[in-house]
Amino acid sequence: MTLNVEKIRKDFPILGRKINGRPLVFLDSASTSQKPRQVIDAVRGFYENSNANVHRSVYKISSEATDMYEGAREKTRRFIGADGYHIIFTKNCTEAINLVARGWADRNLRKGDSVLSSVMEHHSNIVPWQRLRDKGVSMDFLDINDEGKLMVGSLKKSTRLVSLTHISNVLGTINNARELCRISHENGSMFMLDGAQSVPHMKINLKEIGADFMAFSGHKMLGPTGVGVLAVKKEIADQMDPLLFGSDMIKEVTLEKTTFAEPPIKFETGTPNISGVVGLSAAMDYLSKVGMENVEKHENVLTKHAIEKLGDVDGMKLYGPRKARSGIVSFNLKGAHSHDIATVLDEFGIAVRSGHHCTQPLMRRLGTTSMARASFYLYNTKGEIDALVDGLQKSKDVLKL
Amino acid sequence: MSLDMYAEEILDHYRNPRNFGKLERPDARHRELNPLCGDEYEFQMKFSDGAVKEIKFSGDGCAISMASASMLTEFSKGKKISDLKRLAPDDVIKLLGISVSPARIKCALLPLSILKVCLDKKSDV
Repeated sequence: MTLNVEKIRKDFPILGRKINGRPLVFLDSASTSQKPRQVIDAVRGFYENSNANVHRSVYKISSEATDMYEGAREKTRRFIGADGYHIIFTKNCTEAINLVARGWADRNLRKGDSVLSSVMEHHSNIVPWQRLRDKGVSMDFLDINDEGKLMVGSLKKSTRLVSLTHISNVLGTINNARELCRISHENGSMFMLDGAQSVPHMKINLKEIGADFMAFSGHKMLGPTGVGVLAVKKEIADQMDPLLFGSDMIKEVTLEKTTFAEPPIKFETGTPNISGVVGLSAAMDYLSKVGMENVEKHENVLTKHAIEKLGDVDGMKLYGPRKARSGIVSFNLKGAHSHDIATVLDEFGIAVRSGHHCTQPLMRRLGTTSMARASFYLYNTKGEIDALVDGLQKSKDVLKL
Repeated sequence: MSLDMYAEEILDHYRNPRNFGKLERPDARHRELNPLCGDEYEFQMKFSDGAVKEIKFSGDGCAISMASASMLTEFSKGKKISDLKRLAPDDVIKLLGISVSPARIKCALLPLSILKVCLDKKSDV
């Protein structure tokens, strides 16, 4: 089965929008994805029919809400092949990484230990670990080669945790998660995978990868904003503290002390984003119905087309590997700043990201301060990439390049 | 249409920024980064008799912020510090001579905010 993109596009109301009289060409899904009617309807349907708090009451709609919420947890486990893992809902991917930094690393790492990350990471996978410096935990960073691929050397004995992205949100580089996890474990280090750019775009089997932790966000995979996920190996969850304390996450509270609920509830303090989780559940249904293999195949076709077409534009500098990459294509046009390119493209209804993409260390490593980025999803077409290329020619006219 | 922003004069200042570079032993300097987009400039100044005697800037950014920095340094040279401190965002937009789209106002005004910190640093001395 292949993917019927015209049929899929009809499910996304926003794709019918016009910008300056032209159809919206949305090429910024690495930032956040658009939402299909099925997801929007699921959120509305929850509020219209089943809205109640979860894990609390005995009445009908409350058990419905709890079933939907806990059902989404099981669905997430299946979606990422996380047998043997706890699925913890957070507010986003960043919070999921912070939960590991504050909840696990802060408790388990000592002075002299180190965390290994890389120069291609999103700020979200650098800044939370930097905060451990206060307690004497240092950081090391893997470099990249000229093609934008990770260069993995031997790991230091002091490296207690390796935290790497699965797919670079700038270069589109796909890291070999399974191999990186194996190397980490061989060194006696824990392994955390930032799946923000991979879970929405490819079939993931977390158990096969073997990572101890994996974080990702719902809004990049057709779900509503406000929901992220941390998957953590069940045996490790016992060595973790929650980020927040209060309601829902308790077993028994007296005025003197509190015993906590079992994971994952222990880590989901307060009323969670129930409608958001219900929306994410519908998003996973949607993606599963299309088939993640088909999503990946479709994006590969688009990426190949984009690299060919963009490569033909005069003055174009493309970043990242030529092959074996995700649907993220970052570029600069000689003599123009990415903001100006993005401003001109916007005039023609084309939405691309510009700037540093929350990766200032990577920008510095590549000797630039900003890039334009086009990123694709299951609803994009070759025609939209051609529109981007046309738009870039117009940008050159406007900016007199 | 927001593309009117890219007027001949703006692009000229972008490609050939005036007063681009660094001063030897400036009386005041300030660097600022727009954390949203990564535009980054440093202003350096020398003062004499309550006025800006010399001014240079360096850094990197989009056409709008670069042109704004370039035009603002041109405008500031020889001006009284007290007058420059009264510069408002509208004055900078007027100086640019274009209508800046809402998404790009921050780019246009970053240099003004750097200039003002520089002038305040002078008051500290």
